[in-house]
Amino acid sequence: MTIALPSFHNCEPIPLASVNCLPIHQFRASIISALREGSMLTALFGTPMKDGRVQLIGVLADPGTSSLSALSTEVDESYPCLTVDCPQANWFEREIAEQWQVKPQGHPWLKPIRFQAPYRSEGAAQAPVPGVTNFFAVSGDEVHEVAVGPVHAGIIEPGHFRFQCHGERVLHLEISLGYQHRGVESALVGGPGKRTIHEIETLSGDTSIGHTIAHCEAIEGLCGAAVSVRAQALRAIALELERLANHCGDLGAMAGDAGYLPTASYCGRIRGDFLNLTAEICGSRFGRGMVRPGGVLFDVDANLALELTRRLDTALKDVEDAVRLMWDAPSLQARFQDTGALTAATCAALGLVGPAARACGVERDIRQDFPSGVFRFAQIPISISDSGDVLARAWVRWLEIQRSGVFIREQLAALPAGPIRVAVGPMLPAHLIVSLTEGWRGAITHAAITDRDGRFARYKIIDPSFRNWIGLAIAMREQQISDFPLCNKSFNLSYCGHDL
Amino acid sequence: MANLLLTRLRQGKRTLPFPAAEPTLPKRFRGAPIIDDSRCPSGCKACVDVCPTDAISTNGPLTIDLGRCLFCPECSNACPDNAIQYSRQYPLATNDRDDLILGAKQPLKLAHRMAENIHRILGRSLKLRQVSAGGCNGCEADINVLNTIVFDLGRFGIQFVASPRHADGLLITGPVTMNMRLALQTTYDAIPDPKIVIAVGACAISGGPFRDHQDVLNGANNMFRVDLYIPGCPPHPFTILDGLLRLIGRIETGTGAEKSR
Repeated sequence: MTIALPSFHNCEPIPLASVNCLPIHQFRASIISALREGSMLTALFGTPMKDGRVQLIGVLADPGTSSLSALSTEVDESYPCLTVDCPQANWFEREIAEQWQVKPQGHPWLKPIRFQAPYRSEGAAQAPVPGVTNFFAVSGDEVHEVAVGPVHAGIIEPGHFRFQCHGERVLHLEISLGYQHRGVESALVGGPGKRTIHEIETLSGDTSIGHTIAHCEAIEGLCGAAVSVRAQALRAIALELERLANHCGDLGAMAGDAGYLPTASYCGRIRGDFLNLTAEICGSRFGRGMVRPGGVLFDVDANLALELTRRLDTALKDVEDAVRLMWDAPSLQARFQDTGALTAATCAALGLVGPAARACGVERDIRQDFPSGVFRFAQIPISISDSGDVLARAWVRWLEIQRSGVFIREQLAALPAGPIRVAVGPMLPAHLIVSLTEGWRGAITHAAITDRDGRFARYKIIDPSFRNWIGLAIAMREQQISDFPLCNKSFNLSYCGHDL
Repeated sequence: MANLLLTRLRQGKRTLPFPAAEPTLPKRFRGAPIIDDSRCPSGCKACVDVCPTDAISTNGPLTIDLGRCLFCPECSNACPDNAIQYSRQYPLATNDRDDLILGAKQPLKLAHRMAENIHRILGRSLKLRQVSAGGCNGCEADINVLNTIVFDLGRFGIQFVASPRHADGLLITGPVTMNMRLALQTTYDAIPDPKIVIAVGACAISGGPFRDHQDVLNGANNMFRVDLYIPGCPPHPFTILDGLLRLIGRIETGTGAEKSR
């Protein structure tokens, strides 16, 4: 039996009291049936109750109707897990177990994801030792294990990767993270304060714009602030510039890992040209200081718009030049093709997002499915491929570079009038809001619950990496271990965005 | 093949002539703040109240601790009297933590060359092991970019290496999370003596936006003696490069307009 759930939109606040609190079996059944009908499990997280128990909140997103729905249940020490029926819940339930010491019974893979101290504990909360867990192991003649990290060879964030191999063949890869855990979520409780926006900007430094937009739209929804269309357009320009810089860098890095140096070298430089455009707008290559609740802090006048357009055109021409070399090199395409392939069915079951999902032919893009800000008026065509391999992930990025380029040009040519920032008032008390933004890695989810005084009682952040790390692990099955760097680059996931 | 050569021709030579020529920075770039506390009305704490990392002190003359500063626009926007304005000065690196404290009459003491006995061993070829210990990928990205053709770090004899055994020093980003403490210590221990330590970014210097979270250590100098501090959130690639070149004596303070060798 399923229950009709009240629906709401991206960035629309709803009273906490309107979230149906269901018995656990109905909670499970509702989620399982919604996912079967094509909804996505946008969030599943715990929040503390006064009596010491934990309220689980699930948020479902139905792309068909662009609507969200929320439901909740109350648990204490354990509940029957969802993961066995819907693999999308896997990482969420591991997080719930780690943060709240609530055991999802029957979960096949229950171990820490961040090695953090629990939010709810009896006595002094102790964090487990990072990287010490019961890793999955394959036994047999000639099976060997390769362990990498947390410190890797390059200038890159830390994480631990453990491969079970038979010769060169990877039977299984287990990814163990948490080394970057900085305790952001617990620091946001009671906020927003003067440090909040800066913690959001540095959740994942290459996604400062994506996360600040998700955060500010959540606050603005809770405050009922009407942000001007001009500010929305400037945010969207910054968001797409962020996408351009990162996609361009990724294509170069993928070419580099396949040993094709011209594209690697050119794209490394051109990525900087896109970052410098963001710096022309707000002074920071990573968009720090750009987005604030109520709008943006920096305007683009007619002269700057012209200058940005001119430099954007040059950079887009350069990137086309550099990337075309890559598509003209059969040896490179052979290297990309059939490497790290995922099927659309696997992608849907795991709940992957962003270019990794679109490369499997799964049409999933927040800008189209749950648009907010200026994306309600200006659509960017969704970029799809279907082979699900490294080649498809590269191709989707290339399509998105071109389409984001066109979008930014259009926006710069017709910036709406209006103030760049409006005042924001107090936030609604006892409400839930869910804010979705399509960052360059995929769907960013921020879910905020306010307390009686209109402060954050719980602030849940779901970086696209949180959903996609499992995709990388599955993509590596039956691949050569030497395919790992290339597969890893083709996902290019965030460690700190996951670890929070 | 023809395409490859044509593209090579079109892309051109893009390495910037730094440090011989000054870099062109964005007009809105926020470098070293200029402080004029003679403008401050008595009792005004507008900047202190908005500073996310409590980098500003008005006990005595107004000072900004660049080791904590995120170079965000909040203080300069909040100040009604323009007592704090950002300049475009990008050289910001210092040798001592206290040298990062900036006041109207307290200029930055920019970094100088490493000690002679160490410089003799390391100065001509500096190999660094980088470890991100909770960094957000901003600092890491703008260190990585030094390896692109624009900056071409290798021409200065500086190289990031994979093994700490091959390194002369450790370059740390991030606030040092509790979960990275052991791995960072192990990496440090594996570097042969004499070794230097460089802290890049507000996080590695003071904890940055994560200061005083129970999951972080508030920066690298709570574990090691740091030889070079490069502030910013993240520091501009030229700020990082300038700092590294000062440390190896390729840029010297006070010789003309920061004359390079």
